[in-house]
Amino acid sequence: MIKYLKKVGEAMVKVEFLGPIGKEPMEVEARTLRDVAKVLQKDEELKKWLKECAVAVNDRLVQDLDTELKDGDRVSLLPPVCGG
Amino acid sequence: MLEIYPGELEVDTIFSRWRRWGERRNYGAFITFVGTVRAEDGIEALSFDLYEPLLREWFERWQEKAQERGAVLRMAHSVGNVPVHTSSYMAAVFSPKRRVALELIEEFVEDFKANAPIWKYDVKQGERIYARDRSQRLAGSGLLDIDG
Repeated sequence: MIKYLKKVGEAMVKVEFLGPIGKEPMEVEARTLRDVAKVLQKDEELKKWLKECAVAVNDRLVQDLDTELKDGDRVSLLPPVCGG
Repeated sequence: MLEIYPGELEVDTIFSRWRRWGERRNYGAFITFVGTVRAEDGIEALSFDLYEPLLREWFERWQEKAQERGAVLRMAHSVGNVPVHTSSYMAAVFSPKRRVALELIEEFVEDFKANAPIWKYDVKQGERIYARDRSQRLAGSGLLDIDG
């Protein structure tokens, strides 16, 4: 995606997929996390992960789809965990 | 206080270093938990990924809770492959007296299992298989599943 073509009011954010998801990071245009969700829903392979993933914005876990995003924000998807 | 190592932990070395550290600071109680990889289901090893920024934040929140009770936590964890009969996880509590240390080690290790951003894989014939059945969802999981 080319930055100068983005729509007014939208931010360019980086989405990264942690642990077993095994997918390269992608750049997404979005105002809020809801916009990110709409983009990721279109990817059949990702869809199955969305149900079980938690979400962090700039390394903070978030629980609100209306979380606003700004240019350069990093959105991380965290699948179910098991340490030890 | 949070140590991350590639491959299996050198448990004896870490234990001795932690013990000396606690002795110098006059802690009367030092409790450790060591997680060792068991041979089961034909695995050769377990393997781990972790997300360090969130892991450090999670650990620092626990360290603050421990400090409020006069205690200190230490933890070591592996990334990558950890063969059977070696260890991937060590946790320790230091406190002036035993009661706080006994309570904290349980709370800390249980919360670690549920909330530390670490992913586990079985290794069979060199292949990493995500341990989905043994994994737990973090708070707020499913947020982006707007269709569901």
